[in-house]
Amino acid sequence: MSEQLLINISLIVLLLPLFSFFITVVFGKRFPKLYLFETGIISLAFLLSLVIGFFKLTTYVDSKLAFDFTWFDFGVVPVIGEFKVELGVMIDNITVIMLFVVNLISMLVHYFSIEYMHGDKRYTRYFAYLGLFTFSMLGIVLSNNLLGIYIFWELVGLSSYLLIGFWFEKNSASDAGKKAFLTNRVGDIGMFLGILILFTTYGTFNFDKIFSGIASGVMPFESTAWLTAAGILVFLGAVGKSAQFPLHVWLPDAMEGPTPVSALIHAATMVAAGVYLVVRIFALLTADAMLVIAVIGAFTSLLAATIALTQNDIKKVLAYSTVSQLGYMVMALGVGAYAFAFFHLVTHAFFKACLFLGSGSVIHAMHHEQDIREMGGLKKKMPITYATFLISTLAISGIPLTSGFLSKDGLLAGTLAFGELTGHWLIPIIGFTVAFMTAFYMFRLVILTFHGSPRNQHKFDHAHESPKLMAVPLIILSALSIFIWYTPNPIAPDAGWFLGKWIETPSTVVPEAASFDFMINEDPAADVIHSEKYEHAMHTVHYPAMGLSIGLAGMAILLAFSMYQWKKINPDKIAESVKPLYNFSLNKWYIDELYHASFISGTLMLGKILFWFDANIVDGIVNGSAWFTRVMAKISGWFDTFVVDGLVNFTAFMSGFIGLTFKRIQTGKVQTYLVFVLFSIVLLLIVFRPF
Amino acid sequence: MNGIPFLSLITFLPVLGMIIILALPSSKVKEIKYTTLLITGIQLILSVFLLANFNFTSTGIFEQSTFQFVEKFRWIEITGLSWLGTVKVDYFMGVDGLSMPMIILTALISFIATLSSWNINKSIKGYFALFLLLDTGMMGTFVALDFFLFYVFWEIMLLPMYFLIGIWGGPRKEYAAIKFFIYTLFGSVFMLLVMIGLYFSAQEVLSDGSKVFTFNLLALMDQANYTADGILSPFNPNNLRMVAYIALFVGFAIKIPMFPFHTWLPDAHVEAPTPISVILAGVLLKLGTYGILRISFPIFPEITTQLAWYIGLFGMINIIYGALVALAQKDFKKLIAYSSISHMGYVMLGMASLSTVGINGAIFQMFNHGTITAMLFLIVGVIYDRAHTRGINDFGGLASQMPVYTGFVTVAFFAAIGLPGMSGFISEALVFVGAFGVDTTRILAMISTLGILLGAAYMLWTLQRIFFGKLNEKWSSLTDLDGREYLMLIPLAVIVIFLGIYPSAMLDVMNSSVNELVRFVSNGFQNISIGGL
Repeated sequence: MSEQLLINISLIVLLLPLFSFFITVVFGKRFPKLYLFETGIISLAFLLSLVIGFFKLTTYVDSKLAFDFTWFDFGVVPVIGEFKVELGVMIDNITVIMLFVVNLISMLVHYFSIEYMHGDKRYTRYFAYLGLFTFSMLGIVLSNNLLGIYIFWELVGLSSYLLIGFWFEKNSASDAGKKAFLTNRVGDIGMFLGILILFTTYGTFNFDKIFSGIASGVMPFESTAWLTAAGILVFLGAVGKSAQFPLHVWLPDAMEGPTPVSALIHAATMVAAGVYLVVRIFALLTADAMLVIAVIGAFTSLLAATIALTQNDIKKVLAYSTVSQLGYMVMALGVGAYAFAFFHLVTHAFFKACLFLGSGSVIHAMHHEQDIREMGGLKKKMPITYATFLISTLAISGIPLTSGFLSKDGLLAGTLAFGELTGHWLIPIIGFTVAFMTAFYMFRLVILTFHGSPRNQHKFDHAHESPKLMAVPLIILSALSIFIWYTPNPIAPDAGWFLGKWIETPSTVVPEAASFDFMINEDPAADVIHSEKYEHAMHTVHYPAMGLSIGLAGMAILLAFSMYQWKKINPDKIAESVKPLYNFSLNKWYIDELYHASFISGTLMLGKILFWFDANIVDGIVNGSAWFTRVMAKISGWFDTFVVDGLVNFTAFMSGFIGLTFKRIQTGKVQTYLVFVLFSIVLLLIVFRPF
Repeated sequence: MNGIPFLSLITFLPVLGMIIILALPSSKVKEIKYTTLLITGIQLILSVFLLANFNFTSTGIFEQSTFQFVEKFRWIEITGLSWLGTVKVDYFMGVDGLSMPMIILTALISFIATLSSWNINKSIKGYFALFLLLDTGMMGTFVALDFFLFYVFWEIMLLPMYFLIGIWGGPRKEYAAIKFFIYTLFGSVFMLLVMIGLYFSAQEVLSDGSKVFTFNLLALMDQANYTADGILSPFNPNNLRMVAYIALFVGFAIKIPMFPFHTWLPDAHVEAPTPISVILAGVLLKLGTYGILRISFPIFPEITTQLAWYIGLFGMINIIYGALVALAQKDFKKLIAYSSISHMGYVMLGMASLSTVGINGAIFQMFNHGTITAMLFLIVGVIYDRAHTRGINDFGGLASQMPVYTGFVTVAFFAAIGLPGMSGFISEALVFVGAFGVDTTRILAMISTLGILLGAAYMLWTLQRIFFGKLNEKWSSLTDLDGREYLMLIPLAVIVIFLGIYPSAMLDVMNSSVNELVRFVSNGFQNISIGGL
């Protein structure tokens, strides 16, 4: 199979879901069965992505396939010269793994939805939107440049908006959709500015060309500070999409969407796109940028974990755990554990999709009950859902033999190594604290949902195991949460093919002075990171990290069982004793309220003030000058009538008056005239005295 | 093909239509409507024909030989005036990459506005006659290359617009019409003064070697044509070019409309009938920015470079101010009117960058704003025709009642938000790339990105308030789109999406001219005195 053929197949994989979206959205009303067509197309896309993956990872494992085309061309531009904008696709190992993940989960979610969404009045429309989403997500994955990523980035935002607000009759759903879109836009502005900085400097959107530009020593506006800024700004896009603090607020609300959508978009794929973006720009991150990223990731994971501890909505718990895990990945990238961050993205995609679909299965069975306080004892009624949910929970808690153990352990080791190399010990401390919390709240969720006795007998009686079409995706996803798919040795993640062969940390292009010393290649020729220092640090902390994380997870699970299963410790009492803290967590740190009171109200208020200004001041001046003109016109009119015309009339009157007065001397008698003449001459002689 | 006066044809065809309509008795309603449709249809076909025969590499801007479809002959000639000498005015028309997109836009919007005029039911004869006259005015302004001719067409637009708003408008139509009229006339006075000032400052060399004062825009762009002591001559150390530039700019800025000269627009839009709003937003606003690019930039290149930052600043104010005020609107149509102000700000920001990318983005944004906002006003019209209200908060839940309509609204709204895949994204992105790439406008571009967020905020909030939530029972009898409305909305939606995916279709048309303009402005006038303020 030639390289060009692989590229072409990848383009077909990209365009297939778009095609099915158009067909389904236009003809869906007339042919309701089109959802089957849509599902078939996605399945085909999945099969093709398997083909691409197979050949790429066997034949072309060490090469990068790329294809560019000119989107628009400005010709010879003054000052700059030749100037054009290109788009393109690129297939490397990360791409094919992402293709597999996205298409597989999308396909499984389609199957799951056929049952889950059954009877919805916009059934085919739902599938059309899933197609649009899949297309956009694949676009992000395949793009080889920032512009392409930005384009598809916005398009996943659109499909996310449409699917969160799918049940738009509910105000909470349309609110959540709007909130998601706008919150993401905040991040996107940052990302866009970052792209502008890079484009202005290097004249290209292409990753590799930007990297080689940086490597050649050209800095944006001649300063590494601007390179740091560019990295952080592009990362802001990820802060929005991957729901990092301070833009994490949209993701929990996004749970208003149908649950399979939460699994696909808001757990497994789209939210991971932010992490994927940071993976793509990893090589240009300076030390400062990485530190910012690590801190944001760590803080987010802690924030979300503390909130997840107290939530009672099954989906909300999972949503916060997603935020927390995404924070993990971001943190891992910040500390330089590139490969483990990406690895965790993949393993998390599977087990979190499984958890969400599992929760969907529960919600479906409980007739749309989402409150875990109304559940309990479902283990007996729903054995498959329970088993798969449990496996995924073990994975997210980082218990050995699961995929989550492999990725999470490596990631935590990365933070420890980072602490050792840079002295930023707070980051690993947060990392391990979160690991403890994660295991605790996940088991709290499992126990409250599936164990014990039913707390709402009525709903319990009606509950039933989900049909096959829903169960099979659960089984497949939970199977993928086992270690064996990634490495043959359950305690050595890098012994296998995934990290051993496929994913390697790319070498940084940042000038040495601006990057962490452990990121600098000791072998300058290598295009992947090769730092003895970093490898040594990772090696020494590997086993301590493993022991610590297993120990913490075990303790957390024990605690969860003693609180919720065996009831040795009363959780309500603990909540009562730390009431303020409990409320703080339950109310999500009051961040929504804070934003509402500040940014949202502020903007709306500003709009109102400016509108008042517009209507009264700006327009006031306009209308005022009109008024002034009218008044002036009136005054002129008055002046005209009484002064100008008055003068005219006065003149006429005076002429008349003088005429009337003097007509008396016009007697017509020559004698009288002679007397006047003589009198006048005498008068003139007296006046001028000529003598 | 040479020798056929295509530009005169495309410009004066509507006048012919107007004459036909005036000759028809007013009872022949159908004939009047179909005549208008036919005329605007032919105009549209002609514009496509022009595009098909358009040479993309010919630059235009300041050299007559590089303009296309040129028509030039002596129009007015008065000899033997004692102190004036000879007055000569040319009938001079031509097309380049700056005007070509605008010609297509004008023809397209006129055609669609005709369709949208179908349910006008008050003195139909007068309406369509004025409508066609307006069409001629707009088209003429875009093809004129002589300042005098340009001014004539500019003023021709004013009269029909005044009556179209003042007679067929809403409750406050008289106020809106007079406000529009006086405001625009106010701007025209400035333009007239500058035009006369330029006339007495430059002399064109005729073929017989004699020199004569000129209104020819291309001659006015040539530094060599200016006299030593003309009031607007760059050679005159006491020239008033700066003052003239600002005066001319104000004349154009009122049309854009630029803050703080924008308040006529919301009133005019709210009161105007739907098709007139469509024309107003779709075409008329572009005349302001077109005038700046066609006249101010190349005739005053040295002042343009000096004042570029201020143009960008006002662009930024338009973007953010317009968006914030839009956020506070409760009337659907007024909201779209303010969104227009915001979107025209991008055009100014792009122009201010004085770079190829930015100006390409600006002109492309002019075109895209024309199509997208036309769609938005048509959408307002659809709901107003049915519900007789435009209050955003009066609705709710229409998505389930009118799903197809909602689909079009979604497309139009997301196009206005600048979603990739639609034309608005390309132009806004180019504006930002252009403006960010230049030192003068970089900071302005950075602040202006807030507009992307605010735009999404007011649009999505509106979408939610009108279409989402539970259906208000009051509206359970509203019907979805009919055939005529499809016919208006589908072409626009197709164009918006097509240009979003394949922007080269439009960018290639204007690119050579824009490159030429940028080169011309950046070279500027040499060895001159910058007088004025």
